[in-house]
Amino acid sequence: MEEPKPKLKLAVYWAAACGGCCVSVLDVHEKLFDVIAAADLVFWPIALDIKYKDVEDMPDNHIDVTLFNGAVRNSENEHMAKLLRKKSRILVAYGSCSHLGGIPGLANFSTKEDIFRRVYEECESVVNPENIIPLSEYEVQDGIIELPVFYNDVRSLAQVVEVDYYIPGCPPQTERLIEVFVAIVTGAEFPPKGSVIGAGNKAQCDECIRKKTENKRIKKFYRSWEIADDGETCFMEQGVLCMGPATRAGCGHRCIKGNSPCRGCYGPPSDVTDPGAKMMSAIASIIDEKEPEEIKRVLEDIVDPAGVFYRFSLPVSLIRRKLS
Amino acid sequence: MEFSPRIVAFLCNWCSYTGADLAGTSRMEYKSNVRAIRVMCSGRIEPTFLLRAFIRGADGVLVCGCHPGDCHYQEGNYRCLRRFLLLKKYIVQMGIETERLKLEWISASEGKQFADLINSFTETITDLGPCKIKETMKVLT
Repeated sequence: MEEPKPKLKLAVYWAAACGGCCVSVLDVHEKLFDVIAAADLVFWPIALDIKYKDVEDMPDNHIDVTLFNGAVRNSENEHMAKLLRKKSRILVAYGSCSHLGGIPGLANFSTKEDIFRRVYEECESVVNPENIIPLSEYEVQDGIIELPVFYNDVRSLAQVVEVDYYIPGCPPQTERLIEVFVAIVTGAEFPPKGSVIGAGNKAQCDECIRKKTENKRIKKFYRSWEIADDGETCFMEQGVLCMGPATRAGCGHRCIKGNSPCRGCYGPPSDVTDPGAKMMSAIASIIDEKEPEEIKRVLEDIVDPAGVFYRFSLPVSLIRRKLS
Repeated sequence: MEFSPRIVAFLCNWCSYTGADLAGTSRMEYKSNVRAIRVMCSGRIEPTFLLRAFIRGADGVLVCGCHPGDCHYQEGNYRCLRRFLLLKKYIVQMGIETERLKLEWISASEGKQFADLINSFTETITDLGPCKIKETMKVLT
Protein backbone atom coordinates (compact mmCIF):
# COMPACT_ATOMS: atom_id res chain seq x y z
CA MET A 1 0.00 0.00 0.00
CA GLU A 2 1.19 3.50 -0.82
CA GLU A 3 2.42 5.59 2.09
CA PRO A 4 0.07 8.53 2.77
CA LYS A 5 1.55 11.80 1.63
CA PRO A 6 2.98 13.70 4.62
CA LYS A 7 0.71 16.58 5.59
CA LEU A 8 1.83 20.14 4.99
CA LYS A 9 2.78 22.16 8.04
CA LEU A 10 1.27 25.64 8.27
CA ALA A 11 1.87 28.43 10.74
CA VAL A 12 0.18 31.81 11.23
CA TYR A 13 1.77 34.49 13.39
CA TRP A 14 0.85 38.02 14.38
CA ALA A 15 3.41 40.69 15.18
CA ALA A 16 2.38 44.38 15.44
CA ALA A 17 -1.14 43.70 14.19
CA CYS A 18 -4.75 44.26 15.20
CA GLY A 19 -5.77 40.62 14.85
CA GLY A 20 -7.88 41.28 11.76
CA CYS A 21 -5.54 39.24 9.57
CA CYS A 22 -5.89 36.19 11.81
CA VAL A 23 -9.66 36.65 11.71
CA SER A 24 -9.51 36.78 7.90
CA VAL A 25 -7.85 33.35 8.08
CA LEU A 26 -10.65 32.13 10.36
CA ASP A 27 -13.09 33.50 7.77
CA VAL A 28 -12.31 30.56 5.50
CA HIS A 29 -15.14 29.01 7.59
CA GLU A 30 -15.88 25.40 6.70
CA LYS A 31 -13.10 25.44 4.10
CA LEU A 32 -10.82 25.20 7.12
CA PHE A 33 -11.70 21.48 7.21
CA ASP A 34 -10.30 21.08 3.69
CA VAL A 35 -7.19 22.89 4.80
CA ILE A 36 -6.63 20.74 7.88
CA ALA A 37 -7.33 17.63 5.85
CA ALA A 38 -4.24 18.48 3.83
CA ALA A 39 -2.23 20.42 6.36
CA ASP A 40 -1.42 20.61 10.05
CA LEU A 41 -1.49 23.96 11.76
CA VAL A 42 1.64 23.81 13.88
CA PHE A 43 1.65 27.35 15.28
CA TRP A 44 -1.14 29.92 15.45
CA PRO A 45 -1.31 32.02 18.63
CA ILE A 46 -4.89 33.23 18.08
CA ALA A 47 -6.23 29.67 17.92
CA LEU A 48 -3.70 27.21 19.33
CA ASP A 49 -1.76 27.05 22.55
CA ILE A 50 1.74 26.53 21.20
CA LYS A 51 4.57 28.41 22.88
CA TYR A 52 7.50 30.26 21.32
CA LYS A 53 9.70 27.63 22.96
CA ASP A 54 7.99 24.89 20.91
CA VAL A 55 8.77 26.81 17.73
CA GLU A 56 12.37 27.28 18.83
CA ASP A 57 12.65 23.50 19.28
CA MET A 58 11.48 22.77 15.74
CA PRO A 59 14.18 21.80 13.24
CA ASP A 60 15.03 24.44 10.59
CA ASN A 61 12.66 24.53 7.59
CA HIS A 62 10.22 22.40 9.57
CA ILE A 63 7.20 24.57 8.67
CA ASP A 64 6.18 24.53 5.01
CA VAL A 65 4.34 27.85 4.91
CA THR A 66 4.14 30.66 7.47
CA LEU A 67 1.64 33.49 7.08
CA PHE A 68 3.24 36.35 8.99
CA ASN A 69 0.95 39.27 9.68
CA GLY A 70 1.74 42.50 11.46
CA ALA A 71 4.59 44.96 11.25
CA VAL A 72 7.85 44.80 13.18
CA ARG A 73 7.57 47.35 15.98
CA ASN A 74 9.58 45.84 18.87
CA SER A 75 12.27 43.30 19.64
CA GLU A 76 9.76 40.50 20.20
CA ASN A 77 8.34 41.01 16.69
CA GLU A 78 11.85 40.99 15.29
CA HIS A 79 12.82 37.85 17.19
CA MET A 80 9.74 36.01 15.89
CA ALA A 81 10.30 37.22 12.33
CA LYS A 82 13.86 35.86 12.38
CA LEU A 83 12.82 32.66 14.12
CA LEU A 84 9.96 31.92 11.73
CA ARG A 85 12.18 32.72 8.77
CA LYS A 86 14.60 30.05 9.96
CA LYS A 87 11.89 27.49 10.66
CA SER A 88 9.85 28.04 7.46
CA ARG A 89 10.45 26.96 3.89
CA ILE A 90 8.10 29.64 2.59
CA LEU A 91 7.55 32.86 4.53
CA VAL A 92 4.59 34.94 3.39
CA ALA A 93 4.09 38.57 4.43
CA TYR A 94 0.34 38.44 5.00
CA GLY A 95 -1.66 41.65 5.13
CA SER A 96 -0.82 45.35 4.83
CA CYS A 97 1.21 45.67 8.06
CA SER A 98 3.59 42.91 7.20
CA HIS A 99 3.65 43.86 3.49
CA LEU A 100 3.95 47.67 3.80
CA GLY A 101 4.09 48.58 7.49
CA GLY A 102 0.37 49.28 7.54
CA ILE A 103 -1.50 51.34 10.10
CA PRO A 104 1.15 50.78 12.84
CA GLY A 105 3.60 52.24 10.31
CA LEU A 106 1.94 55.64 10.71
CA ALA A 107 3.90 55.80 13.96
CA ASN A 108 6.88 56.71 11.76
CA PHE A 109 5.45 60.24 11.77
CA SER A 110 6.60 60.32 15.42
CA THR A 111 9.66 59.24 17.34
CA LYS A 112 9.76 56.74 20.18
CA GLU A 113 10.11 59.66 22.63
CA ASP A 114 7.03 61.41 21.17
CA ILE A 115 4.98 58.25 21.53
CA PHE A 116 6.07 57.51 25.10
CA ARG A 117 5.45 61.11 26.15
CA ARG A 118 1.98 61.11 24.65
CA VAL A 119 0.97 57.68 25.96
CA TYR A 120 2.45 57.74 29.47
CA GLU A 121 2.40 61.46 30.30
CA GLU A 122 0.13 63.67 28.23
CA CYS A 123 -2.83 61.51 27.29
CA GLU A 124 -6.03 62.91 28.84
CA SER A 125 -7.04 59.58 30.34
CA VAL A 126 -3.66 58.84 31.92
CA VAL A 127 -2.99 59.32 35.64
CA ASN A 128 0.71 58.75 36.17
CA PRO A 129 2.00 61.08 38.91
CA GLU A 130 5.12 59.01 39.46
CA ASN A 131 5.92 59.19 35.77
CA ILE A 132 6.30 55.45 35.35
CA ILE A 133 7.30 54.39 31.87
CA PRO A 134 7.94 50.83 30.72
CA LEU A 135 11.58 49.75 30.76
CA SER A 136 12.98 46.89 28.75
CA GLU A 137 14.74 45.55 31.84
CA TYR A 138 13.86 45.85 35.52
CA GLU A 139 15.63 44.37 38.51
CA VAL A 140 13.51 42.68 41.15
CA GLN A 141 14.46 40.51 44.11
CA ASP A 142 14.50 37.30 42.07
CA GLY A 143 16.50 38.66 39.16
CA ILE A 144 15.89 40.74 36.06
CA ILE A 145 12.51 40.84 34.36
CA GLU A 146 12.28 41.90 30.74
CA LEU A 147 9.90 43.52 28.30
CA PRO A 148 10.40 43.72 24.53
CA VAL A 149 12.36 46.79 23.39
CA PHE A 150 10.15 49.36 21.65
CA TYR A 151 11.88 50.52 18.45
CA ASN A 152 11.92 54.02 17.02
CA ASP A 153 11.00 52.81 13.50
CA VAL A 154 8.17 50.54 12.45
CA ARG A 155 9.36 48.15 9.76
CA SER A 156 7.73 45.88 7.22
CA LEU A 157 8.61 42.18 7.37
CA ALA A 158 10.86 42.42 4.31
CA GLN A 159 12.90 45.15 6.03
CA VAL A 160 13.84 42.56 8.65
CA VAL A 161 14.07 39.18 6.93
CA GLU A 162 13.88 37.73 3.43
CA VAL A 163 10.28 37.29 2.34
CA ASP A 164 9.14 34.77 -0.28
CA TYR A 165 5.67 36.11 -1.09
CA TYR A 166 3.34 38.96 -0.26
CA ILE A 167 -0.41 38.73 0.19
CA PRO A 168 -1.66 42.32 0.50
CA GLY A 169 -4.79 43.71 2.11
CA CYS A 170 -6.19 45.08 5.34
CA PRO A 171 -7.15 42.36 5.82
CA PRO A 172 -6.49 40.22 2.72
CA GLN A 173 -9.62 38.99 0.96
CA THR A 174 -10.36 35.56 2.38
CA GLU A 175 -11.29 34.32 -1.13
CA ARG A 176 -7.75 35.14 -2.30
CA LEU A 177 -6.30 33.26 0.65
CA ILE A 178 -8.38 30.19 -0.20
CA GLU A 179 -6.99 30.33 -3.75
CA VAL A 180 -3.48 30.42 -2.33
CA PHE A 181 -4.24 27.52 0.05
CA VAL A 182 -5.66 25.46 -2.80
CA ALA A 183 -2.59 26.22 -4.90
CA ILE A 184 -0.31 25.04 -2.08
CA VAL A 185 -2.31 21.90 -1.37
CA THR A 186 -2.61 20.86 -5.01
CA GLY A 187 1.08 21.53 -5.50
CA ALA A 188 0.54 24.15 -8.22
CA GLU A 189 3.66 25.83 -9.53
CA PHE A 190 4.71 28.83 -7.47
CA PRO A 191 5.30 32.26 -8.95
CA PRO A 192 8.85 33.69 -8.75
CA LYS A 193 10.11 34.56 -5.29
CA GLY A 194 9.21 38.04 -4.13
CA SER A 195 5.90 38.09 -6.03
CA VAL A 196 2.71 39.61 -4.73
CA ILE A 197 0.15 36.81 -4.77
CA GLY A 198 -3.59 36.82 -4.25
CA ALA A 199 -3.94 40.21 -6.02
CA GLY A 200 -3.80 41.78 -9.46
CA ASN A 201 -1.02 43.78 -11.10
CA LYS A 202 -2.97 46.76 -12.40
CA ALA A 203 -4.44 49.72 -10.52
CA GLN A 204 -7.86 49.70 -8.88
CA CYS A 205 -9.14 52.21 -11.44
CA ASP A 206 -8.50 49.76 -14.28
CA GLU A 207 -11.09 47.40 -12.84
CA CYS A 208 -13.34 49.85 -11.02
CA ILE A 209 -17.07 49.37 -11.38
CA ARG A 210 -17.92 53.05 -11.05
CA LYS A 211 -18.67 55.25 -14.07
CA LYS A 212 -15.79 57.41 -15.18
CA THR A 213 -15.11 59.86 -17.97
CA GLU A 214 -11.78 60.97 -19.37
CA ASN A 215 -12.50 64.52 -18.41
CA LYS A 216 -11.77 64.81 -14.70
CA ARG A 217 -11.89 68.43 -13.52
CA ILE A 218 -11.91 69.22 -9.83
CA LYS A 219 -12.26 72.63 -8.21
CA LYS A 220 -12.92 71.38 -4.71
CA PHE A 221 -12.16 68.27 -2.71
CA TYR A 222 -14.61 66.91 -0.18
CA ARG A 223 -14.23 64.63 2.80
CA SER A 224 -16.61 61.75 2.20
CA TRP A 225 -19.10 63.00 4.80
CA GLU A 226 -19.32 66.43 3.16
CA ILE A 227 -20.95 65.25 -0.03
CA ALA A 228 -23.91 63.09 -1.03
CA ASP A 229 -22.33 60.35 -3.13
CA ASP A 230 -24.49 59.46 -6.15
CA GLY A 231 -23.50 55.82 -5.78
CA GLU A 232 -22.24 55.33 -9.32
CA THR A 233 -19.80 58.05 -10.48
CA CYS A 234 -16.04 57.77 -9.92
CA PHE A 235 -15.21 59.17 -6.48
CA MET A 236 -12.40 61.35 -7.82
CA GLU A 237 -14.76 62.92 -10.35
CA GLN A 238 -17.04 63.84 -7.47
CA GLY A 239 -14.08 65.42 -5.67
CA VAL A 240 -13.63 62.70 -3.05
CA LEU A 241 -10.07 61.49 -2.54
CA CYS A 242 -9.83 57.86 -3.59
CA MET A 243 -6.55 55.94 -3.57
CA GLY A 244 -7.62 53.89 -6.62
CA PRO A 245 -5.05 55.33 -9.08
CA ALA A 246 -2.15 54.31 -6.81
CA THR A 247 -3.49 51.03 -5.44
CA ARG A 248 -3.19 47.46 -6.62
CA ALA A 249 -6.36 45.79 -7.82
CA GLY A 250 -7.58 42.42 -6.59
CA CYS A 251 -9.53 43.18 -3.43
CA GLY A 252 -12.87 42.91 -5.19
CA HIS A 253 -13.62 46.62 -4.54
CA ARG A 254 -15.00 45.93 -1.11
CA CYS A 255 -14.85 49.58 -0.07
CA ILE A 256 -16.12 50.96 -3.37
CA LYS A 257 -19.05 48.55 -3.28
CA GLY A 258 -19.78 49.85 0.20
CA ASN A 259 -19.85 53.38 -1.28
CA SER A 260 -16.61 54.35 0.36
CA PRO A 261 -13.48 55.47 -1.51
CA CYS A 262 -10.39 53.25 -1.71
CA ARG A 263 -7.95 53.71 1.19
CA GLY A 264 -5.03 52.00 -0.49
CA CYS A 265 -4.55 48.90 1.68
CA TYR A 266 -3.41 46.68 -1.22
CA GLY A 267 -0.35 48.88 -1.73
CA PRO A 268 1.01 50.19 -5.01
CA PRO A 269 0.52 48.31 -8.31
CA SER A 270 3.58 46.49 -9.62
CA ASP A 271 4.81 49.39 -11.78
CA VAL A 272 4.61 52.02 -9.02
CA THR A 273 7.46 52.67 -6.58
CA ASP A 274 5.85 55.09 -4.20
CA PRO A 275 2.06 55.13 -3.85
CA GLY A 276 1.89 58.61 -2.32
CA ALA A 277 4.02 60.18 -5.04
CA LYS A 278 1.83 58.49 -7.64
CA MET A 279 -1.26 59.82 -5.91
CA MET A 280 0.12 63.37 -5.79
CA SER A 281 0.79 63.10 -9.48
CA ALA A 282 -2.73 61.86 -10.19
CA ILE A 283 -4.40 64.52 -8.07
CA ALA A 284 -2.40 67.38 -9.54
CA SER A 285 -3.56 66.28 -12.99
CA ILE A 286 -7.24 66.69 -12.21
CA ILE A 287 -7.24 70.04 -10.41
CA ASP A 288 -8.91 72.54 -12.70
CA GLU A 289 -6.98 75.67 -11.75
CA LYS A 290 -3.94 77.44 -13.18
CA GLU A 291 -3.19 80.27 -10.78
CA PRO A 292 -0.94 79.38 -7.82
CA GLU A 293 -3.30 80.98 -5.29
CA GLU A 294 -6.31 79.15 -6.71
CA ILE A 295 -4.42 75.83 -6.71
CA LYS A 296 -3.39 76.40 -3.11
CA ARG A 297 -7.01 77.04 -2.21
CA VAL A 298 -8.05 73.71 -3.74
CA LEU A 299 -5.17 71.94 -1.99
CA GLU A 300 -6.31 73.31 1.37
CA ASP A 301 -9.11 70.74 1.18
CA ILE A 302 -6.45 68.03 1.44
CA VAL A 303 -5.68 68.51 5.10
CA ASP A 304 -3.20 65.70 5.66
CA PRO A 305 -1.64 64.58 2.36
CA ALA A 306 1.09 62.47 3.95
CA GLY A 307 -1.33 60.62 6.22
CA VAL A 308 -3.89 59.96 3.50
CA PHE A 309 -1.54 59.03 0.67
CA TYR A 310 0.69 56.84 2.82
CA ARG A 311 -1.97 55.50 5.16
CA PHE A 312 -0.76 51.91 4.77
CA SER A 313 2.66 52.28 3.23
CA LEU A 314 4.74 54.83 5.12
CA PRO A 315 7.55 52.48 6.28
CA VAL A 316 8.21 51.17 2.74
CA SER A 317 7.79 54.49 0.92
CA LEU A 318 10.70 56.57 -0.39
CA ILE A 319 10.71 58.83 2.68
CA ARG A 320 9.83 56.17 5.20
CA ARG A 321 9.78 58.31 8.32
CA LYS A 322 9.51 61.91 9.40
CA LEU A 323 12.90 63.55 9.76
CA SER A 324 13.66 64.52 13.30
CA MET B 1 35.78 72.00 5.17
CA GLU B 2 33.11 74.42 4.10
CA PHE B 3 29.79 72.84 3.16
CA SER B 4 29.17 72.78 -0.56
CA PRO B 5 25.60 71.66 -1.31
CA ARG B 6 24.56 69.17 -3.96
CA ILE B 7 21.74 70.56 -6.03
CA VAL B 8 19.75 68.68 -8.64
CA ALA B 9 17.95 70.79 -11.23
CA PHE B 10 15.29 69.40 -13.54
CA LEU B 11 15.14 71.60 -16.62
CA CYS B 12 12.59 71.41 -19.40
CA ASN B 13 14.00 70.97 -22.85
CA TRP B 14 12.27 73.85 -24.61
CA CYS B 15 12.75 76.81 -22.28
CA SER B 16 14.80 76.25 -19.15
CA TYR B 17 17.50 73.99 -20.52
CA THR B 18 17.92 76.35 -23.45
CA GLY B 19 18.08 79.21 -20.95
CA ALA B 20 20.82 77.41 -19.06
CA ASP B 21 22.58 76.83 -22.36
CA LEU B 22 22.37 80.53 -23.10
CA ALA B 23 24.01 81.29 -19.76
CA GLY B 24 26.82 78.96 -20.81
CA THR B 25 27.29 80.23 -24.35
CA SER B 26 27.19 83.79 -23.03
CA ARG B 27 30.02 82.78 -20.69
CA MET B 28 28.15 83.79 -17.58
CA GLU B 29 29.55 82.37 -14.40
CA TYR B 30 27.42 80.64 -11.84
CA LYS B 31 27.95 78.23 -8.94
CA SER B 32 28.99 74.75 -9.95
CA ASN B 33 26.84 73.01 -7.32
CA VAL B 34 24.02 72.27 -9.70
CA ARG B 35 23.58 69.00 -11.60
CA ALA B 36 21.24 69.65 -14.50
CA ILE B 37 18.86 66.95 -15.73
CA ARG B 38 17.11 67.65 -18.99
CA VAL B 39 13.52 66.47 -19.34
CA MET B 40 11.24 67.08 -22.28
CA CYS B 41 8.71 69.01 -20.23
CA SER B 42 8.32 70.09 -16.63
CA GLY B 43 5.02 68.18 -16.77
CA ARG B 44 7.07 65.00 -17.12
CA ILE B 45 8.63 65.45 -13.69
CA GLU B 46 6.96 63.04 -11.34
CA PRO B 47 7.03 63.64 -7.58
CA THR B 48 8.96 60.35 -7.36
CA PHE B 49 11.90 61.92 -9.26
CA LEU B 50 12.17 64.77 -6.78
CA LEU B 51 11.83 62.56 -3.71
CA ARG B 52 14.42 60.18 -5.08
CA ALA B 53 16.83 63.05 -5.68
CA PHE B 54 16.58 63.92 -1.97
CA ILE B 55 17.03 60.31 -0.93
CA ARG B 56 20.12 59.89 -3.08
CA GLY B 57 21.73 62.85 -1.37
CA ALA B 58 20.54 66.13 -2.92
CA ASP B 59 20.51 69.02 -0.47
CA GLY B 60 18.24 71.05 -2.70
CA VAL B 61 16.07 70.28 -5.71
CA LEU B 62 15.18 72.82 -8.36
CA VAL B 63 12.48 72.49 -11.01
CA CYS B 64 12.43 74.84 -13.98
CA GLY B 65 9.88 75.07 -16.78
CA CYS B 66 8.51 77.48 -19.36
CA HIS B 67 6.62 80.54 -18.16
CA PRO B 68 2.86 80.05 -17.73
CA GLY B 69 1.23 80.11 -21.15
CA ASP B 70 4.50 79.31 -22.93
CA CYS B 71 4.61 75.53 -22.50
CA HIS B 72 5.64 73.72 -25.67
CA TYR B 73 2.97 71.15 -24.83
CA GLN B 74 0.50 73.83 -23.73
CA GLU B 75 -0.42 72.46 -20.29
CA GLY B 76 2.69 70.73 -18.94
CA ASN B 77 3.98 73.53 -16.73
CA TYR B 78 0.57 73.98 -15.06
CA ARG B 79 0.57 70.30 -14.24
CA CYS B 80 4.07 70.72 -12.85
CA LEU B 81 2.96 73.68 -10.73
CA ARG B 82 0.06 71.75 -9.19
CA ARG B 83 2.24 68.76 -8.39
CA PHE B 84 4.87 71.01 -6.95
CA LEU B 85 2.45 72.80 -4.62
CA LEU B 86 1.04 69.51 -3.36
CA LEU B 87 4.49 67.96 -2.95
CA LYS B 88 5.58 70.99 -0.94
CA LYS B 89 2.77 70.38 1.54
CA TYR B 90 3.92 66.79 1.82
CA ILE B 91 7.63 67.44 2.35
CA VAL B 92 6.85 69.92 5.12
CA GLN B 93 4.89 67.19 6.88
CA MET B 94 7.89 64.90 6.54
CA GLY B 95 10.15 67.44 8.20
CA ILE B 96 12.05 68.62 5.12
CA GLU B 97 12.62 72.37 5.01
CA THR B 98 10.32 73.93 2.42
CA GLU B 99 13.17 76.05 0.96
CA ARG B 100 14.93 72.92 -0.28
CA LEU B 101 12.41 72.46 -3.07
CA LYS B 102 12.03 75.30 -5.53
CA LEU B 103 10.13 75.93 -8.74
CA GLU B 104 11.03 78.76 -11.11
CA TRP B 105 10.03 79.63 -14.66
CA ILE B 106 13.02 80.24 -16.96
CA SER B 107 12.52 81.06 -20.64
CA ALA B 108 15.01 80.30 -23.42
CA SER B 109 16.18 83.91 -23.38
CA GLU B 110 16.71 84.16 -19.64
CA GLY B 111 20.33 83.02 -19.29
CA LYS B 112 21.07 85.77 -16.82
CA GLN B 113 18.05 84.90 -14.68
CA PHE B 114 19.13 81.27 -14.70
CA ALA B 115 22.64 82.12 -13.48
CA ASP B 116 21.23 84.40 -10.76
CA LEU B 117 18.73 81.74 -9.72
CA ILE B 118 21.45 79.10 -9.33
CA ASN B 119 23.59 81.49 -7.30
CA SER B 120 20.79 82.52 -4.97
CA PHE B 121 19.44 78.99 -4.55
CA THR B 122 22.94 77.65 -3.82
CA GLU B 123 23.32 80.36 -1.20
CA THR B 124 19.96 79.47 0.43
CA ILE B 125 20.87 75.79 0.61
CA THR B 126 24.39 76.51 1.89
CA ASP B 127 22.83 78.50 4.73
CA LEU B 128 20.41 75.68 5.49
CA GLY B 129 23.21 73.12 5.69
CA PRO B 130 23.16 69.49 4.57
CA CYS B 131 19.77 67.76 4.19
CA LYS B 132 19.26 65.13 6.87
CA ILE B 133 17.20 62.87 4.70
CA LYS B 134 19.93 60.59 3.35
CA GLU B 135 21.30 59.90 6.82
CA THR B 136 17.85 59.35 8.32
CA MET B 137 16.91 56.85 5.61
CA LYS B 138 20.14 54.91 6.08
CA VAL B 139 19.46 53.69 9.62
CA LEU B 140 16.51 51.75 10.95
CA THR B 141 16.38 52.01 14.71
